[in-house]
Amino acid sequence: MEFFDRFAIPHPSPMIYASMVAIGLVLIAIVIGLTYFKKWGYLWREWLTTVDHKRIGMMYIISALLMLFRGGADAVMMRLQTAVPDNTFLDAQHYNEVFTTHGVVMIIFMAMAFIIGMMNFVVPLQIGARDVAFPRLNAISFWLYFAGAMLFNISFVIGGSPDAGWTNYFPLAGTEFSETVGVNYYMWALQISGIGTLMTGINFIVTILKMRAPGMTLMKMPMFTWSALITNVIIVFAFPVLTIALLMGTLDRQFGTHFFASTNGGMDMLWANLFWVWGHPEVYILILPAFGIYSEVIATFSQRNLYGYKSMVGSMVLISFMSFLVWVHHFFTMGHGPLVNGIFSITTMAIAVPTGIKIFNWLLTMWKGKIRFTVPMLYSIGFIPLFTIGGVTGVMLAMASADYQYHNTMFLVAHFHNVIIPGVVFAMLAGLTYWWPKMFGFMLNERIGKWGFWFLSIGFCLAFFPMYITGLDGQARRMYTYSEETGFGPLNMLSFFGAGLMAIAFILIVYNVYYSFRHSPRNVGQDPWNARSLEWATPNPVPHYNFAVTPVVNSSEAFWDSKKNGHQLFKNKTEKIHMPNNSGLPIILAGLFFVFGFSFVFGIWPGVIIAALGIFGCMAYRTFEKDNGHYIPVEEIEETEKKLGGAK
Amino acid sequence: MKLNNTEPLEYSTNQNQMNILGFWIFLGAEIMLFGTLFASFFTLENGVGSGPSGAEVFEITPVILETVILLTSSFTIGLAIHAMRINNKKATLAFLGITLLLGLSFLGVEVYEFIHYYHVGVTLQTSAFSAILLTTLGTHGAHVTFGLFWGLFIFLQIKKRGFTPETTNKSFIFSLYWHFLDVVWIFIFSFIYLKGMM
Repeated sequence: MEFFDRFAIPHPSPMIYASMVAIGLVLIAIVIGLTYFKKWGYLWREWLTTVDHKRIGMMYIISALLMLFRGGADAVMMRLQTAVPDNTFLDAQHYNEVFTTHGVVMIIFMAMAFIIGMMNFVVPLQIGARDVAFPRLNAISFWLYFAGAMLFNISFVIGGSPDAGWTNYFPLAGTEFSETVGVNYYMWALQISGIGTLMTGINFIVTILKMRAPGMTLMKMPMFTWSALITNVIIVFAFPVLTIALLMGTLDRQFGTHFFASTNGGMDMLWANLFWVWGHPEVYILILPAFGIYSEVIATFSQRNLYGYKSMVGSMVLISFMSFLVWVHHFFTMGHGPLVNGIFSITTMAIAVPTGIKIFNWLLTMWKGKIRFTVPMLYSIGFIPLFTIGGVTGVMLAMASADYQYHNTMFLVAHFHNVIIPGVVFAMLAGLTYWWPKMFGFMLNERIGKWGFWFLSIGFCLAFFPMYITGLDGQARRMYTYSEETGFGPLNMLSFFGAGLMAIAFILIVYNVYYSFRHSPRNVGQDPWNARSLEWATPNPVPHYNFAVTPVVNSSEAFWDSKKNGHQLFKNKTEKIHMPNNSGLPIILAGLFFVFGFSFVFGIWPGVIIAALGIFGCMAYRTFEKDNGHYIPVEEIEETEKKLGGAK
Repeated sequence: MKLNNTEPLEYSTNQNQMNILGFWIFLGAEIMLFGTLFASFFTLENGVGSGPSGAEVFEITPVILETVILLTSSFTIGLAIHAMRINNKKATLAFLGITLLLGLSFLGVEVYEFIHYYHVGVTLQTSAFSAILLTTLGTHGAHVTFGLFWGLFIFLQIKKRGFTPETTNKSFIFSLYWHFLDVVWIFIFSFIYLKGMM
């Protein structure tokens, strides 16, 4: 039994036991359901082994939504705990675990997955490609992300959650102050999904550089594709830093090294530096694709071309470059000289300039446009003022001397939620609603969608604006409770109320999916939004080869030109299409990575060695494997197109 | 699959060109990876705690030996790719084989070096300096080890399947990887060993 003792939870509570039971019941229900409806084969053939970028994109988005609810539950628990002074709903340790997993889940496993899912689904369609450059690698990326996410999520029922914050600063994250295996989970979950993300980065850069339709020069790419290209460049250069930081953290915790210790020559600030050298570009990895989605949505629903295309591209390139030069602003208070603080203060403020250019471009795109207030457009219009408030408070935080007042207060929490929620979450919901008919062939209900938008926006303002005030009054972040004399009570109660409204919003959004699935008409045609870019030139839902004939492009809005200016998109005859084969290797590989990570977390070395051998075995198998894909004959394409009403 | 005969075989298909571009981008990521290790090394270099410093434990002979072996292997992998371009299978296999043997002897010397460090009391746990030294060398060494297996598999494939767009593409990409490891070693040699011994 001693072997199993290590898997026990260090700080059990009835809630955790309830979650255990719930997880167990859901798993059993899924297995029984799949067996009863005889769906195992379908699931394996069509989804688990797929290399189709659209299906991988959908799997990313579904996982992201699951993680959104996991992270959202954490958020509600935090707001509930701090709603009244001296609350005893959660104890300090449990609160530490909750805010840690909330941060990691939301950033790494929700936002990243949502963004990469969107890129997966949309980018190949927007550039007129049949798939990504390396379809098999793409599947590996997804399954590695999924393995990482699962590894992270089982931590709270097996062995204990990480509790050192999502920034995981040492020495707090060292074994001395964080004794459970929680932080080991953090290290390996991020490591495994990070490898997947890096591979996605490489995959999409090559896809965008090499697989664009004839005529689509770089400056004729749709703006979302541009944002994806720049984002992936940031990914490739930022993620290796995290890889090394996590490796060093693992060595410190599990092999007794002194990288981040304060003894034997170690330096605890090295972790903070490495983390933010990755972490700050990561912020822009999150926001740039959001900017891309807003650019698409605002142009479409203003029925005008995007204002300032070149300055949009230029400002994104500038942001990506500067994103690597601002990381020190996360720890101005940790004792650098005035010169270092001054330099990073200025670079941080300067990054507001290209962002401001983009805001004005969106406003000018709407100027004199015929605006249609659809759900995606509402999110985009809500984004502009809310994100600007977040940006301005960011400039306040960028002032190093003033930061001594704001640092580690609720003011900071309010700031970054104010950029991430109206920035990233609104964009993902806008993009999901916008591309929903592309994915599933029917529209989401506009009425319920609008209710969702208003609940989310108002809930957001009520939840986070009070934190600016309590933060300036001195309420520290990550404190599980406060006394009544501080007077933070009423405003925190207001925050809790706002969080409740946001929770209702997400329930409405899910209900909308159910309602629309039941009631929305299925014959929406291929262009329900009167859109502008190439992805709308295919039938809805998209056949697995995307385009029957490779389109020829003349501008960044080729589809609009084909509708309004007589541009002919499909000039060539239908030819047989080469497609990649499905493969079970990616999910097996990711399963082995999961075993590897799990064994490593607990130091079960035989498991680590066996899994590692398995991983290398998969790679060896892959190098000897002959897989040249397959061809779809012309007759089959023509038949599919006739059925979908495409092919003109 | 469309073959473009004006390009060398390893560039002849679209997929091949994408593979090579993708690998160059991967090497960009690898530069960041080793760059982070070097940055950490420079930060922790003087953090010797109660353990020895680099100047006290570095030995010039194995280091020079490793450098000569690895640089030579970079030359022989170049010869292997040259032989592949002129369609000489026997010479390609010979030079690839020599490269792998040189890689193996490099690893042998590195293992000797690590044992030496152990005996003079430089282990992962000694100090921040010893940890970052062994992590940096170890990461490079792990890359070489991985390359040995990869190279061996490519050797077997060329032997069995001859020069095809796939095997030549793999060999070319492997040569990029091998040259890259050599470049990293030059930085290790200059900025860890030589700087440490001065």
